[in-house]
Amino acid sequence: MQIDLSVQHVTKKFQDFTAVDDVSFEVQDGGFFSILGPSGCGKTTLLRMIAGFIEPTAGRIEIRGRNMAGMPPNRRPVNLIFQHLALFPMMTVAQNIAFGLQRRGEKKDVITTKVNGILERVGLPGFGDKKIDQLSGGQKQRVAIARCLVLEPTVLLLDEPLGALDLKLREQMKVELKKLQAEVGTTFVYITHDQSEALVMSDKVAVMNHGRFEQVDTPPNLYNRPHTPFVAQFVGDNNAWSGRVKHSAAGDGDEVVTEIETGDGEHFRLRGSKRFEPGQEVDLFLRPESMLIEPDPGIENLNRFQVAVKAILFDGANSRLLVHPLGKETELLVALPQNRQYDYVQVGDRIEIGWHERAGICFPRETASS
Amino acid sequence: MKSQLRWTLFFFLAPVVLWLFLLIVLPHIDLLIMSFRIENDAGDMVWSLSNYLNFFDEPIYWLTFVRTAVYSITVTFLTLLIAFPLAFYITKVVGTRFQGFFMTLILMPFWVSELVRVYGWMILLRESGVINHFLIKLGILHQPVEMLYNDATMIMGLVYTSMLFMIVPLISVLESLDDGLVEAAYDLGGNMWNILFKIIVPHAIPGIVSGSIVVFMLTLGNYLTPNLMGGKNSLWFTEQIYNEFIASFNWNQGSAFGFLLLVLSSLVIWAGLKLSRQKLSSVVQ
Repeated sequence: MQIDLSVQHVTKKFQDFTAVDDVSFEVQDGGFFSILGPSGCGKTTLLRMIAGFIEPTAGRIEIRGRNMAGMPPNRRPVNLIFQHLALFPMMTVAQNIAFGLQRRGEKKDVITTKVNGILERVGLPGFGDKKIDQLSGGQKQRVAIARCLVLEPTVLLLDEPLGALDLKLREQMKVELKKLQAEVGTTFVYITHDQSEALVMSDKVAVMNHGRFEQVDTPPNLYNRPHTPFVAQFVGDNNAWSGRVKHSAAGDGDEVVTEIETGDGEHFRLRGSKRFEPGQEVDLFLRPESMLIEPDPGIENLNRFQVAVKAILFDGANSRLLVHPLGKETELLVALPQNRQYDYVQVGDRIEIGWHERAGICFPRETASS
Repeated sequence: MKSQLRWTLFFFLAPVVLWLFLLIVLPHIDLLIMSFRIENDAGDMVWSLSNYLNFFDEPIYWLTFVRTAVYSITVTFLTLLIAFPLAFYITKVVGTRFQGFFMTLILMPFWVSELVRVYGWMILLRESGVINHFLIKLGILHQPVEMLYNDATMIMGLVYTSMLFMIVPLISVLESLDDGLVEAAYDLGGNMWNILFKIIVPHAIPGIVSGSIVVFMLTLGNYLTPNLMGGKNSLWFTEQIYNEFIASFNWNQGSAFGFLLLVLSSLVIWAGLKLSRQKLSSVVQ
């Protein structure tokens, strides 16, 4: 597989502030790579460096093996879809799409053919003569994508292009964008703060925080095997406990069995690959859906405890119970499957919660210095 | 309720209507009537077109007229050429922190009257003026040169006087330009000139046109600057009107000239709007 985009040890400093700190990654030809991070984590700076609007303080950006240092945006084989799309309001849809082709000095009839072709591809045939302000949000989105794709860039950069859309349309565009990318086969680099966009569309996701990549992995791995507490908390919902290791020893097979006493006095047992030192401070993360409500007494290897139901947060397929362990302050989110099995659960009820010993993820406590 | 609303509307509109009618419409009607009347040999006032025919018969009149029109257009164009990059610099290049500071710098000369500003230029440029003094001190000139009283100096003075009226609409229109559009054009392969003429200028057209209209009208109707800086060879049409009214005491001829100037400015502005495909209503907003 060819490497389309290679970013090597790129750093960007603004005076004392380091926006991007020694980031390296590679994207293969035809890949859909997402950079996921909270606002202010440096993802836009990174994207703008790839597009050529900002020069990195240190490091190297290569596109198809060519070093991009010092090359202005108008000569790079990448195109950027802006957060607010930046369609030219003084031009029609066709003129917008033709802008880049005209700059390359292509012939008029070639331009017309290409513009019509790409409009068809993004599902807007016959929209060429419309004004930009006559389009709906989703249509503008597609015109912005068409305007870039018609130039056949090596890499297409997308800066949270779905951010301005309403929820329903966003869900729809997510699927469409993924389909379109698979069809045209262009390499996409997508930045977003919305984990669902990143997880649904991408082949690989980099989670970024404070200018660094915390983890670069496939979406399922990010969700199931986060490498850092930040990833565990940022990707998907997680319940967090702080606790102390009582005992950690090899169990059956390769597994390490660790016993933890949480800060509020619960005792949990954990099976995993990591070994901890007794007495070590740890953070324990647990997904809402890995907690079972009233589990069958026959299931082995469960950590079981009693909780009181504080509230029912109904949200269709994403419904949760807000509970707290008896006599304790900690609040936990527990997934509430809408399969009628748990309809009896009421606010104020006492129920038993169980989770499998392999479901918890544990990290040594980060010291205050980091 | 409805009649009450109508009364408040009338109450607030009345001063404007009165002002327009008494100070603008009435005098103009009077001037229009005057421009079509002459004194015959018997000393009676009669209707005639001869005030207007005089204008075409005497080359000095219509030559001054054409000169004034051409120079006003030149001044407008030069002002735009200087003001556009300046407005772009103030809105897009310097940070918002310094924007107010730069605006104040541009406004400052306009805190004094036009007369004082023109005299300022005269002190700098005249034969015994500051610039001549320094050029001779530095040995660049051996004899002082008269820099006043020619067309170039007059145009410079008019451009200087008009600058503010071009910069203000340009700044407001460029401020509404999304930086993303410029970046997107750059990203799509545009160079500086494409971006300027395909993105920035089309966006700024309403501001360019409204600034140009104001500058053109002010320049065309300017009396002070051409009179003081232009000298005797650079006659401005307003000076002709002044001469008729004050020197010759021929109010009828003066009114005819005044109306010709009004027609000229209306025609040029109409042509400018047609050329730039703008509507007056959208430009004056």
